[in-house]
Amino acid sequence: MSKATKGHTEQEALAERAPPDKPNPFTPSGIEVPVVVTPDMVDFADVGQPGQYPFTRGIFENGFRGRLWTIRQYSGFGTAEESNERYRFLLDQGQTGLSVALDLPTQCGYDPVDPMARAEVGKVGVSLSNLAEVELLFDGIDVGSISTSFTINGTASISYAMYCAVADKQGVPREKLTGTIQNDILKEYVARGTWIFPVKPSMRLIADTILFSNEQTPRFNAISIAGAHVRDAGCTAVEEMGYTLANGLAYTDELIRRGGDVEKFARRLSFFFYVHMDFFEEICKFRAGRRLWAKLMKERYGVEDPKAQMFRFGVVCGGSSLIGSQPHNNIVRVGTETMAAVLGGAQSIFTCAFDEAFQIPTEHSAEIALRTQQIIAHESGIARTVDPLGGSYYVEWLTDQMEAGMMGVIEEIEQYGGVEKAVEDGWLQMKIAQRASERKRAADTGDTVIVGQNYYRRDDQSEGVGEVFKLDPQATAKVVEKYERVRDTRDSAAAEASLAALEKAAADDGENLMPYLIDCCHAYATVGEMVATLKGQWGEFEEPVRL
Amino acid sequence: MGVTLKDEIVAWKTDNGIMSLKGKRILIAKPGLDGHDVGAKIIALALRDAGADVIYTGLRKSPDYIARVAVDEDVDAVGLSMLSGSHKEIVAETVDCLAALDAGDIKIFVGGTIPADDHAGLIAAGVCGIYTAEMTVDDVLSAIDKELAA
Repeated sequence: MSKATKGHTEQEALAERAPPDKPNPFTPSGIEVPVVVTPDMVDFADVGQPGQYPFTRGIFENGFRGRLWTIRQYSGFGTAEESNERYRFLLDQGQTGLSVALDLPTQCGYDPVDPMARAEVGKVGVSLSNLAEVELLFDGIDVGSISTSFTINGTASISYAMYCAVADKQGVPREKLTGTIQNDILKEYVARGTWIFPVKPSMRLIADTILFSNEQTPRFNAISIAGAHVRDAGCTAVEEMGYTLANGLAYTDELIRRGGDVEKFARRLSFFFYVHMDFFEEICKFRAGRRLWAKLMKERYGVEDPKAQMFRFGVVCGGSSLIGSQPHNNIVRVGTETMAAVLGGAQSIFTCAFDEAFQIPTEHSAEIALRTQQIIAHESGIARTVDPLGGSYYVEWLTDQMEAGMMGVIEEIEQYGGVEKAVEDGWLQMKIAQRASERKRAADTGDTVIVGQNYYRRDDQSEGVGEVFKLDPQATAKVVEKYERVRDTRDSAAAEASLAALEKAAADDGENLMPYLIDCCHAYATVGEMVATLKGQWGEFEEPVRL
Repeated sequence: MGVTLKDEIVAWKTDNGIMSLKGKRILIAKPGLDGHDVGAKIIALALRDAGADVIYTGLRKSPDYIARVAVDEDVDAVGLSMLSGSHKEIVAETVDCLAALDAGDIKIFVGGTIPADDHAGLIAAGVCGIYTAEMTVDDVLSAIDKELAA
């Protein structure tokens, strides 16, 4: 262990050491890689063909030749009007998919006037506390002709209800709606923290949205099961995929319990991950996860329809792999990660801006992130043939190793007593905090090389970053003013009646809550009111604080 | 359980006055609605390993609640972890709440996503240190140690 010398921080002392002159033989997930992988070390039986079970080489027989991945950048800030302006601009530029970032009060179920919410209104996304705000957000935008992705979980059912209600208002048939809500509560308890209700009613709410969506908005993805956040919190690639598939199995079990047909709902399950820097591990993570999910669907649930065995996923490139020192290096990191995502067969990719580690991206940095994808899509040629790395001794060997590791993670959770119990007890949270400490320790000691941070530092680490995006300081006041106007002018008897009906339905496990939530939205009941109503029936999640 | 190398180092640092976190009481808190708790937990675990008595609040605590816990637990310092951009408001409120409880002597340090432009303002508001993810954990511990010794 290096010790800080006088006047020096440990960081500076470390940075003066010579970096290692050989690659680390271990992947970040701890798999020891041989110097050379030979054909006898690989079992090619599971590789198969693209578009066929077990889908190691991808879910489409023609890969990206039929269609490139969806470029989906995350944006949304301040007021609905500002975001609407940005969306119209993006749509004019030819973008067809919108991605809505929501502020924390909306995500946690507080109205903008709540004392818990005041400091956070409009900070990390747009405030959508009631239908009037959603109408403003999509003003002049035909929701039947775009695809919208909402990054929301604890209140995902409410945002989805709002989207259905806005379609009703625009006269767009609900079956034309396309898009995604994240709606993955299990990982919120473990990593991202926007939980509201206890685990069981939360699982019911998610099942209700998926079953309702299967009937009413069949082209909409009512869940995106996300490994991204546990990964960013500290897990390895193998654990990220293992935990995510375990969560996918938990949702599948709940959907079946609530009468869902797995052949039907499994076709609409989708997944979401981070891509970090270890190139081949990331590629093989996706190949292994896709194969393992298909096997689990077929072997555990007897799923026959290939479409219901298919593992569809989107990714974020960047996250905690980006660092604040020498920030332009992050452009290279995101480029490398984007190539790994493409070679792993992602359906949609979001690339982080290089300055995202320390600020809200500027237009300049956001443009470079977008151009990174376009350069890889149109100049690099890597999307030309399906799964170009398929059959590589190393890639197939590492895919096998990672699949075995992922199955080990799933089995460990099952031995504990299942995901729900592991989350309620705080066991998973504790494991991830320990992993995060280990990862940080490896970076601090230099066991993990991070260029510009623990080696190759120079005096002016943040040179070249000057432009800083500023939020409108009046945004909170504007949101609060609009909110109060809606509360004052709506038909309060109708709002109260809709909330009373929701309360009654919440008490009955046999009811699907979605129609009631949509009625509440139409009556201009607010997110805070709907959440308070449900809390009254179900209580709140009690965070198990364990270190 | 035997004595690990880490325990030895902590003991040595304590004996030689390099680290005097042993016995210090520190509250690590997550104010506001931000749910990113990894940094808070890493620091909490490291402080505990360095011999401090650490209390971790869990998520979504109001400045008022944090101040009351700080006083009830008789802590030497409060660490606030914030990544959602609401640090200015939250720090100001926490300072006020501690002052209202006659506990203005409890030190406040912050961590998370804190833009460099905001550092001076937070220091002026009464924060004793700002620790970001770029720093090594040991550097953070040394800085906290120095503040608490002062």
